[in-house]
Amino acid sequence: MFEPIIELKGLSKYYGRFKAVDRLDLTVKKGEIFGLLGPNGAGKTTTILMALGLTEPSSGTVYVCGHNATKAPIDVKRKVGYLPDSVSFYDDMTAIENLIYIGELNGMTRSDARERALEMLRTVGLEEAFYNKKTATYSRGMKQRLGLAEVLLKRPEIIILDEPTLGLDPSGVKSFLELILHLNRNQGLTVLLSSHHLHQVQKVCDRVGIFVKGELITEGNINSLSDNLFTGSSYEVHVTLKERINMSWQHEQELLLLKGVQKISTENDSIDITCNADVTPDIVRFFVDNGYDVMGVQRKEYGLEDIYQKYFETSITENISV
Amino acid sequence: MIRLETFIGNYLKRRENVSSPFWIMVRKEISDQIRSWRFIVLLSLIVLTFLGATLVAMGNIREVVSEVKDTDNLFLYLKLLTTTEGSLPPFHVFLSFLGPLLGIGLGFDAINSEQQRGTLIRIMAQPVYRDNFLLSKFVSALILVGVLLLTLTMLMVGSGIILTGILITPEEILRILGYLFVCIVYIGFWLGLSIFLSIRFKQATTSALTGIGIWLFFTVFYQIIVNLTVKSLMPDAYRLSDAALLRYNELAMDLLRLAPSQLYTDATTTLLMPAVRSLGPITMEQMVGAIPSPLPFMQSLMIVWPQVSGLVSVTLALFALSYYLFMRREIRS
Repeated sequence: MFEPIIELKGLSKYYGRFKAVDRLDLTVKKGEIFGLLGPNGAGKTTTILMALGLTEPSSGTVYVCGHNATKAPIDVKRKVGYLPDSVSFYDDMTAIENLIYIGELNGMTRSDARERALEMLRTVGLEEAFYNKKTATYSRGMKQRLGLAEVLLKRPEIIILDEPTLGLDPSGVKSFLELILHLNRNQGLTVLLSSHHLHQVQKVCDRVGIFVKGELITEGNINSLSDNLFTGSSYEVHVTLKERINMSWQHEQELLLLKGVQKISTENDSIDITCNADVTPDIVRFFVDNGYDVMGVQRKEYGLEDIYQKYFETSITENISV
Repeated sequence: MIRLETFIGNYLKRRENVSSPFWIMVRKEISDQIRSWRFIVLLSLIVLTFLGATLVAMGNIREVVSEVKDTDNLFLYLKLLTTTEGSLPPFHVFLSFLGPLLGIGLGFDAINSEQQRGTLIRIMAQPVYRDNFLLSKFVSALILVGVLLLTLTMLMVGSGIILTGILITPEEILRILGYLFVCIVYIGFWLGLSIFLSIRFKQATTSALTGIGIWLFFTVFYQIIVNLTVKSLMPDAYRLSDAALLRYNELAMDLLRLAPSQLYTDATTTLLMPAVRSLGPITMEQMVGAIPSPLPFMQSLMIVWPQVSGLVSVTLALFALSYYLFMRREIRS
């Protein structure tokens, strides 16, 4: 099932000389959950706004459901539901009134909109006691659910969620993501969500794209992602010895000959060994056989979090230094 | 024929149930405004002024009417709107400086508060045109103002009929409607200005203060500045010929008419007082042979036509400017 529903081609957006999004090519397939991941200020929201036709791209094209989002934004907005990162409603209206208003703007009659609103409020699991309460009294989690109800109201083909887990407590995040997964599997909705919390969304995303400083660094299935980024060197062993080691250590060459070992760096009494397979027992045996007193061994494994950390930390420190 | 009827029937049914997004937004805006404290405050201000001015006029109406010799041209209701004993200005003069407050009050946070709260982006993500949103803000406030002024005037006319038993003449109806139109356009100008400011400035307080600043400038300082400028340009008044003096006077009047409040006062005075024949000085030569009678409505309208079209065009220009600004605006909060 490869049916592209969102197609971004050579999409760029400049604010003055600042590149918010730089020549982005991205395709989202019908029926999948695509996660747009990246730190704050990576251009995720800008990309989403361009996909909705709310912001004009500097160059490139966006096609959503076969419509050009820049030239025919109304057609796109009929089929796409969008949940912004800071959901807010008209505070002096009740939840139901807010939803009916949006329903009417989408061409429903008042009674249809009311019926559909009640249905959606039940779908997102909002308590019935709150239907007729003003939204000013709503908690963040409830607003998020109400926002999702509003997004679903217009029977969209695609829903775009900008930082849907922001500001929710862990159990709120879990149930919200389960709800999204449920909608995706049962109603065949295509979901595009953005987040800067990889570990929160990695469970629900079919594919993700990592987005840093306006550029898409990598995209693909979440499991294949670490292989793409850290080909080979995915283990690091940290050994601490009792005695200090000289600059020209005589056993370095011998250690490098061990199977799987790729790189060694020494500092005083500790040694960092990078390897492409888990050879920790072999390394320990090597030290013991050569008469060293091993004080500690730590094995470090690269996960997605580290990949993410690596990219994000570099971009954050660069931002600070600028 | 039957097909045509069913067609019309279907059309009406559709009209009944599904309104266009624009009118849904207008309806929502109006209900929001009516329920807001701000509107209640502005409303009571206007109503109090109107009641005060009308009561004063009612108290003096006997004297004013008894002076009128030509009973065919009594214009009782116009007199009710304009008569005053001096302690309180008549309503249309009051409105020349309360109107701006009403316009600014209804529009100063039209766009920026929605942007700040983050509701703008939610509405813009719905299949509605951006300009419809802006227009709905403008139209809803104008509808409110129009209904408010029309109601007040009709109440005044109604109570006048009950109290005096004198019926209103078609001429008066035309003049009062013309007057209301000028009022709405005048308030529309300030509304357009405040909506423009609400797009331009991100903070509602900044746009409100700027709006009030512009209003104060035109009500207080502008006259002073014009007078000072013309006086400094003008040589000694004693050495000038009458014609030259007249020219300077006209220059001052023309400069004053750059202020919307002056246009409004000119237009409403002429419309409400049929005896007003000119808005500038008239020479004796021009007055020779003139019969001292009230002007017909069309003639009064001719006098103020430039004022009215000036007000309408400046209002439209402001709206066009806001439109231009809003369409190119980044809407993320």
